Amino acid sequence: MATEASAPAQGPKAEPRHGMRLLIIWVVASVIGCLLVYFVLGPHVPPGAMSSSAANQQSDFTILATIATPIFLGVFIYFGYALIFWRAKPGDETDGPPIHGNTTIQLTWIAVTSVIVLALAVFGTVELWTVQGAGAGEGPQPIWKPNSSDILQVQVIGQQWAFTYRYPQFGGFETTQIELPVGQPVQFNVTSLDVIHSWWAYQLGVKADANPLVNNVAYTTPKHTGTFVVRCSELCGLWHGAMFDYGKVVSVSAFQTWAHQTEIQLAAVTKILPPFSLTYDPTQIATLGPVLTKLGLTGAGGGYYSPNDPEQP
Amino acid sequence: MSVAARATALLIALAAVVAIIVIAAMHYLGGTPPVVDYTSYASGGQVNVVMQTDPQNTVTNRPDWVSYFIQSPQTKQWVHTTYFKVPAATKVNVTILGFDGCTPLRNPVWGQVTGTIGSVAYNDGVPYNLLNSWAECSVQHTFTMAGLGINVPIASPMTFNENSNLCGTSPCTSGPHQVVTFSFRTPAAGGTFRWQCIIPCGLGYLDGNGGPMSIPGYMSGQMEVQA
Repeated sequence: MATEASAPAQGPKAEPRHGMRLLIIWVVASVIGCLLVYFVLGPHVPPGAMSSSAANQQSDFTILATIATPIFLGVFIYFGYALIFWRAKPGDETDGPPIHGNTTIQLTWIAVTSVIVLALAVFGTVELWTVQGAGAGEGPQPIWKPNSSDILQVQVIGQQWAFTYRYPQFGGFETTQIELPVGQPVQFNVTSLDVIHSWWAYQLGVKADANPLVNNVAYTTPKHTGTFVVRCSELCGLWHGAMFDYGKVVSVSAFQTWAHQTEIQLAAVTKILPPFSLTYDPTQIATLGPVLTKLGLTGAGGGYYSPNDPEQP
Repeated sequence: MSVAARATALLIALAAVVAIIVIAAMHYLGGTPPVVDYTSYASGGQVNVVMQTDPQNTVTNRPDWVSYFIQSPQTKQWVHTTYFKVPAATKVNVTILGFDGCTPLRNPVWGQVTGTIGSVAYNDGVPYNLLNSWAECSVQHTFTMAGLGINVPIASPMTFNENSNLCGTSPCTSGPHQVVTFSFRTPAAGGTFRWQCIIPCGLGYLDGNGGPMSIPGYMSGQMEVQA
């Protein structure tokens, strides 16, 4: 009895302050996570920093990932905490407490998510504006242009299943290779001779649809020398998957040498190319030779069988 | 029947249906044209590959579709295919009997010969490295293999009369045609290289790239280089 009398009263076990615990864990994890994402993961986020637009995309992705990190951690920390501390005991089949709406939490949730979404909208708009379209095709009349009078013009021509590149400032030669000078703004004029393709220079952070009879303009400024991969990113037929090539960013002097040499090497074929234009319609060729005309041809292949042809697709 | 048995039966039935669909899809997608194997016919570091282009093919149920054929080195018979195999680090001498008529290239840049030895091809023995398909009736198809940088515009019969009297039964054995030859080297590492005619010669389909341009074995195929 003496022992029982001296023992403290056994009341219900005090519930720990879960909210404070969760908050502390979340804040610490978020600070560590954000620093890791921004400083450790950030420099490795694709598409890298080979051009102005690529570097900007990398920066944007890093910022967005950093913003998302506390949200991600918040969800999974709460999830893990609940699994560990609020797990139902074996045999416990009682209901949880009847919880109703909490005005403070609801208002906080609406306010925080609204701020995040609106901030992202403003951030995205500013980023589009400040990097001249962020490497995306801007259509035939671009809104955002580089502030430079020395812009290299490169025409990208898609055709099933290859891209060719035309340099109007170097006599209009056309080649299957693309080389660019480091540090000089480039204007890509992207078009197609048949179906819709999409020219995606991955490491440059440039991606523009190639539509027939449309000039789609995109800008970037290469910042580092190296090799970049070009892929068609619009399903365009049987060999779409094989429609890729490699380009180079080289020094200004190396580019000038290459461009002038290529211009000379391709002089003969350049003479038979149509005059440089922002778009081309190969189905109507005004300069066809007499035999071709006599054969009833008016342009390059394509077109449909006549209605009375027995073989209809 | 218990719930477990019914569930098991249902799962088995579902798995069977899925398996049938997958097998049918694999059969449809995996069907490739026959491969003409030249690997055992190389001699002195060279191998001779012989093809022909036809304005039609009367050996399939698509007679309006233009097509390449490849000659078997063993039987000398023409095989309706565009797949062939050659050894690595070998000079490949290609002969193409061009029986089709002329058509303008969609992009004249493909009128130049690239990637062959000497960047040249021969039309009935006459060397050329550029054909203007817009100014003349001069190009019927191309042999374009992007992976090796090869592009050869295949010369065509040039006159109106020739182009109006093209071979009508495939594989062609007579009729107006040009004999185009060129050579290139296969890489030592081997590999698989797709090739195509870059002229949209699928007449009757959008932009000419349906039909024979959309099914391997007609105007596109691949070269397997055996290391």
